[in-house]
Amino acid sequence: MKSYDVVIIGGGPAGLAAAVAAKENGVDNILILERDKELGGILNQCIHNGFGLHTFKEELTGPEYAKRFITRVEELKIPYKLNTMVLEINKDKVVTAVNREDGLFTIQAKAIVLAMGCRERSRGALNIPGYRPAGIFSAGTAQRLVNMENYMPGKEVVILGSGDIGLIMARRMTLEGAKVKVVAEVLPYSGGLKRNIVQCLNDYGIPLKLSHTVVEIHGKERITGVTIAQVDENMKPIKGTEEYYSCDTLLLSVGLIPENELSRELGVELNPLTNGPVVNESLETSIEGVFACGNVLHVHDLVDYVSEEATNAGKNAARYVLEYHNKAASGNVVEIIPKNGIRYTVPSHINVERMDDILTIRFRVRDVYPDAYINVYFDDERVQHKKRRIMVPSEMEEVKIQKADLAARKELKTISIEVEKE
Amino acid sequence: MYDVVIIGAGVTGSAIARELSRYQVKACVIERQEDVCCGTSKANSAIIHAGFDAAHGSLMAKMNVAGNLMMDQLAKDLDIPFRRNGSLVICLSEEDKPKLVELYERGIANGVKELRLLNKEEVLELEPNLSDNVVGALYAPTGGIVCPFEMTLALAENANMNGIEFFFDTNVHNIVKDGNEYVIETNKGEYRTKYVVNAAGLYSDELHNMVSEHKIKITPRRGDYCLLDKTVGNYVDKTIFTVPGKYGKGVLVSPTIHGNLIVGPTAVDIEDKEAVATTQEGIEDLITKAKHMVKNLPIRQVITSFAGLRAHEAGHEFIIGEPEDAKGFIDAAGIESPGLSSAPAIGVTVAEMLRDKLGLELKKDFIPTRKGILDPSKLSMEERNKLIKEKPEYGNIICRCETVSEGEILDAIRRPLGAKSLDGIKRRTRAGMGRCQAGFCMPRSMEILSRELKIPMTQVTKSGGTSTIVTRRTK
Ligand SMILES: Cc1cc2nc3c(=O)[nH]c(=O)nc-3n(C[C@H](O)[C@H](O)[C@H](O)COP(=O)(O)OP(=O)(O)OC[C@H]3O[C@@H](n4cnc5c(N)ncnc54)[C@H](O)[C@@H]3O)c2cc1C
Ligand SMILES: Cc1cc2nc3c(=O)[nH]c(=O)nc-3n(C[C@H](O)[C@H](O)[C@H](O)COP(=O)(O)OP(=O)(O)OC[C@H]3O[C@@H](n4cnc5c(N)ncnc54)[C@H](O)[C@@H]3O)c2cc1C
Repeated sequence: MKSYDVVIIGGGPAGLAAAVAAKENGVDNILILERDKELGGILNQCIHNGFGLHTFKEELTGPEYAKRFITRVEELKIPYKLNTMVLEINKDKVVTAVNREDGLFTIQAKAIVLAMGCRERSRGALNIPGYRPAGIFSAGTAQRLVNMENYMPGKEVVILGSGDIGLIMARRMTLEGAKVKVVAEVLPYSGGLKRNIVQCLNDYGIPLKLSHTVVEIHGKERITGVTIAQVDENMKPIKGTEEYYSCDTLLLSVGLIPENELSRELGVELNPLTNGPVVNESLETSIEGVFACGNVLHVHDLVDYVSEEATNAGKNAARYVLEYHNKAASGNVVEIIPKNGIRYTVPSHINVERMDDILTIRFRVRDVYPDAYINVYFDDERVQHKKRRIMVPSEMEEVKIQKADLAARKELKTISIEVEKE
Repeated sequence: MYDVVIIGAGVTGSAIARELSRYQVKACVIERQEDVCCGTSKANSAIIHAGFDAAHGSLMAKMNVAGNLMMDQLAKDLDIPFRRNGSLVICLSEEDKPKLVELYERGIANGVKELRLLNKEEVLELEPNLSDNVVGALYAPTGGIVCPFEMTLALAENANMNGIEFFFDTNVHNIVKDGNEYVIETNKGEYRTKYVVNAAGLYSDELHNMVSEHKIKITPRRGDYCLLDKTVGNYVDKTIFTVPGKYGKGVLVSPTIHGNLIVGPTAVDIEDKEAVATTQEGIEDLITKAKHMVKNLPIRQVITSFAGLRAHEAGHEFIIGEPEDAKGFIDAAGIESPGLSSAPAIGVTVAEMLRDKLGLELKKDFIPTRKGILDPSKLSMEERNKLIKEKPEYGNIICRCETVSEGEILDAIRRPLGAKSLDGIKRRTRAGMGRCQAGFCMPRSMEILSRELKIPMTQVTKSGGTSTIVTRRTK
């Protein structure tokens, strides 16, 4: 059995950045396993602009952004296998994968970085009643069909869900000559970035109906229409508000789910709020030496943060392998607790001794909060109180914590974060 | 000129075709859909019932018990996924207990073996996730679960291997008697035959009424289901029913043979024989009912919902045989639940009727077995690697959720009565049936179908007919 120091599962932006960081931090023996026919992950189908504003201070398309990291991987001569599906990871860090050339094979890893990305929530998971005809696509599948296979899914489109992929596809389908009739969103606010609402819907006169959902799907062989209705506060359709839209295509952009089947079978503890692994300051999961980053850890809206997070994961995997990262560090462990208005945080706990000088805690808020404060508490003591003009669930927030502040408080048990309305 | 034309390629028609293929006979199956198993046989609970439910002395009871007994051999011969997981009819209130005893006694009378009545403790020990309100249960260890697609496909494929022709996309719109023969009129022309077998499921009344004055009427009785993710597939091990009682007729909660959890069905009589649309009320109803049966039903894990239509006949009995006024026309009509369980027995019964009437001789070269699509995950590492070396397509995973390789999909397309659509691939290999519901593999499977069938991508369909998936090339 071949062995590697760091094995990276998934060659999307997270996997690529993690590989580069591991190499730059002194580990040589690295392998990236990717099931698709090329590196780059979901970015390969995102041919629109808007990537890399933070990382490179310029606007790139998805493939251009990915290319920068792929080039780095090539320069650093990091080996990778494409068309290779990882089937299993076990507690001894033996990875089982399969492809056409090598067949079914196993490799031994010292450290593993989980970077499998996420998948889209399907129609079934929403349990929309009605027929099950052709013409219903998750927005990302449609994006792949249009941008990579170069086929149009249909002519008259209704989109359910205002996630970013749906918004981007509303514009893309319009530019390709399709008629996008409406975007229905069950929540009272959009699930996508504000700039996407403006640039993808408003600029093309596509209506966005908030607090609306699809209550019925029509058509037996190919979809012929949908019924959309308004919903009440409990998201139950309101009788009498039904409207019929004829369409031959329904796109679903109703959420992403981190792809953690491998992690679950490995026995990694998952956070039910993110559907991703519970991690510590090093982005290490409940299994020592197994790290996670990118969309498999929690769904990101900006790839720049994915790269940043993955760089950390790669660096920590390298430290773990080189053992100067004290494995059984005895430092004080502090729990991070999401309180009022905060849905989750990543990481979930910090070993103070092992943390970097500055640690970024990323989180999402539960609701739309205009002009509210983010408070950070060290146990009961408020240490941060910062005003944000607006916070929305679709945009990830962060706070930074200094190691020096924690080290000074030897008895510290918890860090809690909350939203305080004005 | 045929000896026998069977109308309908559901489990009933396929079972009859397979049994008939033992004999020297010129026979075919006519199906209006693009594939085998597109009607009721594809959307049901997939239970091989033990046989305690049907009225004693009925044809239903007889066929069910006999069909159940045949399943082990059939599953072995035709490589059909089947497991006797056992059925439990639970009782949730003291006042309903007499009904359990009634079921038990009926089962014994019907000839069901190994039936036992269990008390509360015994039930909860078998199934700890059941509601604490359970007061007792009837346990039928002979109840089983099967893959209904694979069962129907296996029967049809084996019939085809043994010389029975299949014609798809062929809709029968009239049947007329011409002397001693029947002329079957379809959108693809006429078929002449000595005998007609009516296995048209929901439409069996229409066909029957074309030739007989003793009219029958089939009412579609819809059942909605939810299917849950494999992570909760072992929530129960046995198939759980409830005795009809306080909460009405009740639903079932069962593992499927592939390890998902199935919850349903409802029962609503409707008019439209094509209306397999699920409804909000139906889904809410079945969830409410299931919640009475098990603790903390993990309903968030639902991956899809679907509905099936029972071909309900007023007498609630199978109609098998020749109507008095239509010699040469053999009904297998009103085959509602337990139709799947009964299919093996119905197949033998109808084939033997035809044998006697036509004086058929056994075929010497009958092939009794059929191999299913090879599942590489069942091979040892060495065997699997040998396979991939010879056929690298087995190393190329197309469906990530169910881990289906290109090799399996090619097999599904190339074998007898092969797949012609995405749903055809799905029923044969499970590609697209997992938690992402084809989001990942759809473009990949489309490309394989286009290549193999030599059709443009714009003609690849989800399920035949007008169910195309993409309309044109991008600009
Ligand atoms: C449609 C869309 C539009 C977006 N638009 C923007 C935008 O405008 N601006 C922006 O900054 N960000 C955008 N994002 C966000 C950003 O692209 C993602 O957050 C980022 O791609 C996530 O990177 P990742 O590496 O975690 O996941 P992915 O890119 O999904 O990569 C995961 C990789 O792992 C592989 N993999 C998974 N399982 C296995 C396995 N078992 N074996 C082998 N390989 C496996 C996958 O094939 C994939 O290549 C968008 C995202 C999407 C989906
Ligand atoms: C909700 C539900 C749950 C069930 N659960 C179970 C269970 O757990 N166990 C069990 O044993 N049974 C169960 N059943 C019953 C079982 O599914 C059916 O009895 C069985 O599938 C019927 O098979 P069939 O071949 O008779 O009908 P179908 O599968 O409907 O086949 C009939 C075929 O005839 C074709 N056809 C119709 N008209 C024409 C025409 N004019 N020309 C050409 N072709 C035509 C149709 O296209 C169709 O393919 C259930 C049924 C339902 C609806």
